[in-house]
Amino acid sequence: MTDRRQAAEVVALITLFLGITAFTVVGFAVEWLPPVASQHGAGVDGVIRYLFNATGPVLVVGALAMAWFLWRYGRGLPTASPATNARAEVWWTVAPVIGMMAITEVGVVVKGFPVWEEMYAQAPANAVVIEVTGQQFEWIVRYPGPDGKLGRVTPELVDNTTNPAGLDREDPPALDDIVVRNQLHVPLGAPVSLRLRGRDVLHSFSVASFRVKQDVVPGIMGRTLFVPTTAGRYEIACTQVCGMGHYRMRGAVYVDPPDEYRAWLAQKTGWLQQ
Amino acid sequence: MSTTHQPSFWTHYVFSTDHKMIGKQYYFTAIFMALFATAWSLLLRVHLAWPGRTWPLFGTLFPGLFQDGVLLPERYLSLVTMHGTVMIFFVVSIALVSGFGNFIIPLQIGARDMAYPFLNMLSYWTIVPACLLMLGSFFVPDGAAASGWTAYPPLSAIPEASPGSGMGQTLWLFAMALFIASFTMGGLNFVTTILNLRTRGMSMMRMPLMIWTLFVASVLGILAFPALTAAAIMLLLDRLGSTSFFLPAGLVFSGTVLPHSGGTPLLFQHLFWFLGHPEVYVLVLPALGIAFEVIAVFGRRPVFGYRTSVWALLVIAVLSMIVWGHHMFVSGMSPYVGEYFSVATVTITAPFAILAMNLIASLWRAEIRLSPALLFVLGIIAAVGIGGLGGIFLATATSDQYLHNSYFVVGHFHLMIAVVTMFAIFAGTYHWFPKMFGREMNATLGKVHFWLTVPTVIVGFVGMHLLGVGGEQRHLYDPTAYEFLKPLQWLNVVITMTLGGAAAAQLVFLGNFFSSLFFGARAGANPWEATTLEWTTESPAPHGNWAHELPMVHREPYEYRVGRSPQGYDPQNAAPTAQPAMVAR
Repeated sequence: MTDRRQAAEVVALITLFLGITAFTVVGFAVEWLPPVASQHGAGVDGVIRYLFNATGPVLVVGALAMAWFLWRYGRGLPTASPATNARAEVWWTVAPVIGMMAITEVGVVVKGFPVWEEMYAQAPANAVVIEVTGQQFEWIVRYPGPDGKLGRVTPELVDNTTNPAGLDREDPPALDDIVVRNQLHVPLGAPVSLRLRGRDVLHSFSVASFRVKQDVVPGIMGRTLFVPTTAGRYEIACTQVCGMGHYRMRGAVYVDPPDEYRAWLAQKTGWLQQ
Repeated sequence: MSTTHQPSFWTHYVFSTDHKMIGKQYYFTAIFMALFATAWSLLLRVHLAWPGRTWPLFGTLFPGLFQDGVLLPERYLSLVTMHGTVMIFFVVSIALVSGFGNFIIPLQIGARDMAYPFLNMLSYWTIVPACLLMLGSFFVPDGAAASGWTAYPPLSAIPEASPGSGMGQTLWLFAMALFIASFTMGGLNFVTTILNLRTRGMSMMRMPLMIWTLFVASVLGILAFPALTAAAIMLLLDRLGSTSFFLPAGLVFSGTVLPHSGGTPLLFQHLFWFLGHPEVYVLVLPALGIAFEVIAVFGRRPVFGYRTSVWALLVIAVLSMIVWGHHMFVSGMSPYVGEYFSVATVTITAPFAILAMNLIASLWRAEIRLSPALLFVLGIIAAVGIGGLGGIFLATATSDQYLHNSYFVVGHFHLMIAVVTMFAIFAGTYHWFPKMFGREMNATLGKVHFWLTVPTVIVGFVGMHLLGVGGEQRHLYDPTAYEFLKPLQWLNVVITMTLGGAAAAQLVFLGNFFSSLFFGARAGANPWEATTLEWTTESPAPHGNWAHELPMVHREPYEYRVGRSPQGYDPQNAAPTAQPAMVAR
């Protein structure tokens, strides 16, 4: 009677743990990633998929081992002596070490680093350079204007309504700089190099569809590089808690075909020339 | 040992120097703080699932947090910050490390008390004002700290930056400083006691793994916490003394340029994570220590791979000190440094896998007794499996670049330092309750607690991982503010419901715990037929731990079904010649 009850309990436990494992594996097998819209983003997804595929079986094997042990040794059947078995201990140690090192270093080095280096590569000469400033709770986007140069900005000149970027009139390249709030237009298929500037607290510039995320740190000029591959509208999110308005520190990226992008840029005038 | 004087109520229950009473004081303090921290998490989870909805009842109960029945965004961040801080430092740290550590170390190594009983009492009474400061910070103008449990400057340094960055953040820093002082005193006491007060025969390699994990955790704490102490003092000076350790030139708040210059926010992140990462192991290792103790007792076999486990612990300890930068892959740190931290971090999976595999293999050739404590250890194995493998996604710089600060991270650290540790606290409670209070807890209710808790928390926290893969960022007051997150909102509802169920299930535990204190069946000295030294004295253990001489150790910690004793197990203090050789098994 008690044996039967214990067997029932063991079966229930096995069901529970295999169920948890199945839930996790099936959950991860579902596609949750937002559609990718940048060149390196496909590589990031590749690393994530590789890790799903490599670690999933480890989880399943571990769960099956536990389930088998519960079934075999959980029902009061006679068992062999559990005295230390050096051979088993060596194998049980060497196998996970080799297995985990192989899985993880392949992920980091073989799969990961080429993509990592693509993300942090020097911006190519033809890259479109745009500056994005994160401040509570909006994104100030600045284009160099027709002269192709970003002019000087000074914190003392920052005025949220009249001069959100803090453009310095004394510096000629600043005169034609174009300033827009919470809207980033980029050309399709061209490398885009963003200069990330902060002037209050930490923020993080992220576009989930581009697999782009880079902290905005006051005092440090950050940068991020990507090549948009699909035209459309995407959302910029702040992903570093920055105060009460953090959740609404949201912007939009428009990936336009190159001629539309040029047309949009051409109809803009410099902030100081308005 | 002369125990001639009878302690008064005050010296016995309040200003006690007895490690067992101090351990219980920590434990009850942790339960008290957990009630608050859980309530905060429920408030914010309810808001996250239904961001637009009004809750007039909550508005009436918590007028400072709600306006017109809606949780305020700045208070939402306070709740998140305080939930994380209190759970990590004032619940899990003090229940698992200070609570069980204090209670069990002298009993398992065969000592009368800790090496420094007075320091021990001082350590506890330093935690009490820290708890009160944390709780009290909700009632200062502009509310409690709201910069996340990591308190990154400039948000945490500039009072104008956020409502919670005023007095609330100052109190938070003072409370943390007190906590660190207390935890350091405790850690020094643990290390000294373990090194010096082991009874005769208790060599290091005969120590139960629980002691090993507490030893390694204490050394890690002593080495890592000073960095946070320094960071906290520098941050306080930046706030109150107009220094600029973490503040660069050109900060603009409300149109005014601040006079700071020369510092960098990244310095704080380095100092914080130099502590922060080892702190994870300070919490997880003792949890695995409890798992090893319980699985040996209720699996009726020696722990599989005792020696490899000890070596794995030591390797983890060393590695955990040199991988902190994996929290900073997208911080603006050099990408080359990121490559180093990524390669180094994933090497931890090797020793960690050894520990997890040894736990699973400790069921091989076992004679499993399905006690509530063992069930929760099986839960630990499941959570370590999912959480540990999920950690690889975050340790790999390239995938972390997408997953950083998403709900994947929230799900991951909850599995590792909330689920694994809380399951360990439950397992430890079911296991040592008889020794702590002289009574047994109700096993049926313990199993009900297990069955209600495990599926709900796993679904809830795995659900958070999926939300993170979908791109949802953490610290988000209203996820529906983003178009691309709206289709995922149903997951937030599922998570809130399952975790709400899990929180409710803890009432079964609390009911069982408090009723067993008074009405539980009387426990004998060794109700589980266990081998370690705490079971060789009465339940509860008397003042001085053993009424007569201290036990002498003759063997390794987990000799179940390997000796010749007819009872099937040999306590550590059983003499080598205690049993004749004829009863071969």
